Amino acid sequence: MWFLVMLIFPLIVILVFSFGERAAYGGYAGGFTFEQYANLPTRLKAFQNTMVIAPLGTLLSLLVAYPLAYFLAVKVSRQYKLILLVLVIVPFWTSLLVRTYAWIFILGGKGIPFLLEWIGFEGVRLINTQGAVLVGIVYGYLPLMVFPIFVSLEKLDKSLLEASSDLGGSPVKTFLQITLPLSMPGIATGCMLVFILLMGEFLIPAFLGGGKVFFIGNALVDLFLQSRNWPFGAAVSVTLVAIMLITVSLYMRMMMGRKTGRDESLM
Amino acid sequence: MRIYATAVFLFLYVPIGIIVLFSFNAGRHASELRGLSVQWYGKALSNPFVGDAFFTSLIVALSVAVLSSLLGTTAALALQRLKGKIRVLFDGLIYVSVMIPGIVIGIATLVALVTVFDFLNPILASFWPEGVKPPKLTMGYVSVIAAHTLFTMSLVIILVRARIAGMDRALIEASLDLYATPWRTFYQVTLPQIYPAILAGFLLSFTFSFDDFIISFFVAGANTTLPIYIFASIRRGITPEVNAIGTMVLAASLFLLMAAQFLLRARTKR
Repeated sequence: MWFLVMLIFPLIVILVFSFGERAAYGGYAGGFTFEQYANLPTRLKAFQNTMVIAPLGTLLSLLVAYPLAYFLAVKVSRQYKLILLVLVIVPFWTSLLVRTYAWIFILGGKGIPFLLEWIGFEGVRLINTQGAVLVGIVYGYLPLMVFPIFVSLEKLDKSLLEASSDLGGSPVKTFLQITLPLSMPGIATGCMLVFILLMGEFLIPAFLGGGKVFFIGNALVDLFLQSRNWPFGAAVSVTLVAIMLITVSLYMRMMMGRKTGRDESLM
Repeated sequence: MRIYATAVFLFLYVPIGIIVLFSFNAGRHASELRGLSVQWYGKALSNPFVGDAFFTSLIVALSVAVLSSLLGTTAALALQRLKGKIRVLFDGLIYVSVMIPGIVIGIATLVALVTVFDFLNPILASFWPEGVKPPKLTMGYVSVIAAHTLFTMSLVIILVRARIAGMDRALIEASLDLYATPWRTFYQVTLPQIYPAILAGFLLSFTFSFDDFIISFFVAGANTTLPIYIFASIRRGITPEVNAIGTMVLAASLFLLMAAQFLLRARTKR
């Protein structure tokens, strides 16, 4: 019941809000109009940024996480495996706020740019760029990506790898034809988790994007807490949730399709 | 491979190390290290705003942890008995509430509660006698606690259910066969087996609530939790004081995480 109350009801209220009009002092006035949705293009940049950087960030996290997960699951001996895995997960449970703050430090004026200047590269600006936001994303969400991939690689039957190399498969071929397809479920879970969270990200672009690289999340904070344009904010969040649902269901269908495709080819 | 893994671990931990290192800065500027001292810890601890924010966070996190472990455990036990479509529906809802981004939970709670309050406040006021100021429902502790609990409760449910799944049902049947009342069976058989998971869930809920920024940012109303305070001070400019507070927050979550890990480990050993 709690779930129904806390999850469904608010979403309905937001939906109603998004068709309403803005009251004189902010807040909400009743009505039914599509005006708020017609206004969406004014925040186009936020949608564009999110739709470009969120998938890119997910992909980058995957590229960084996969070798690490592979290393932990396949190469590390049993006794160190758990400790190393815990070391990867722990940062995720500590404050993202404080961890992102660290990157303001590192990428800011007295961090890496200062060191670069020392070597001879002058005027390098790292903070408040897309690159900075991407670094923050990979840093923040890496644990979430490593964990599911690790789990699926861990379950992988090592004798399959031996069989492949016994049958003359090169390491690359073994990886591409056995390891990678079998770790697909982990990759899918990891990508989905990271992508969903990135769609609603606020902190990382707020700190490392410095008003230049902003996400839908930043637009929402602005609309709800600063300019208090709730109906428009509601329209933006309905659109966000809709985009999220569409991409996730498309993605899941794609994954499912791939799975059945493979089963058929096996037959 | 080994070098790569080391590099990733460095990538994960060097930034945290830098925060900690600069919190012991003796100088006045956050970005220049001039000798080591603990003066900023003193400054942070004597700052009344930090103290207030800390206690707000503490109260919220404690209530969230207590509520979510109570509700989560009972929900997990109840879900165990459900069958068929309803169970699939609830399972789905649990995962949805874990996966939904915090910002959506925050906005949804904010908008929903404000609407409910706008509806209830005039009704409440009409019950109050003339001249006496009627109580007004606003955003505050309760809204933050409710929003956090939505997320953390699902976490507890998932943890406890994993534990129940590993439990031997024969024990419960044996206990009932030996004429123990259902209550007594719960106390003496079920509870001792699932309590490590409940405690771990309690600690994780506490950590989540204590560290959460985005949900609180939307629904906290006039209250300031510690992460909101940190956010505001970072916006004002970075000082070693922020590093000191950050280091303390990190240390607190690390301690709780280790406790949770220890409990979950104790469970697998038995």
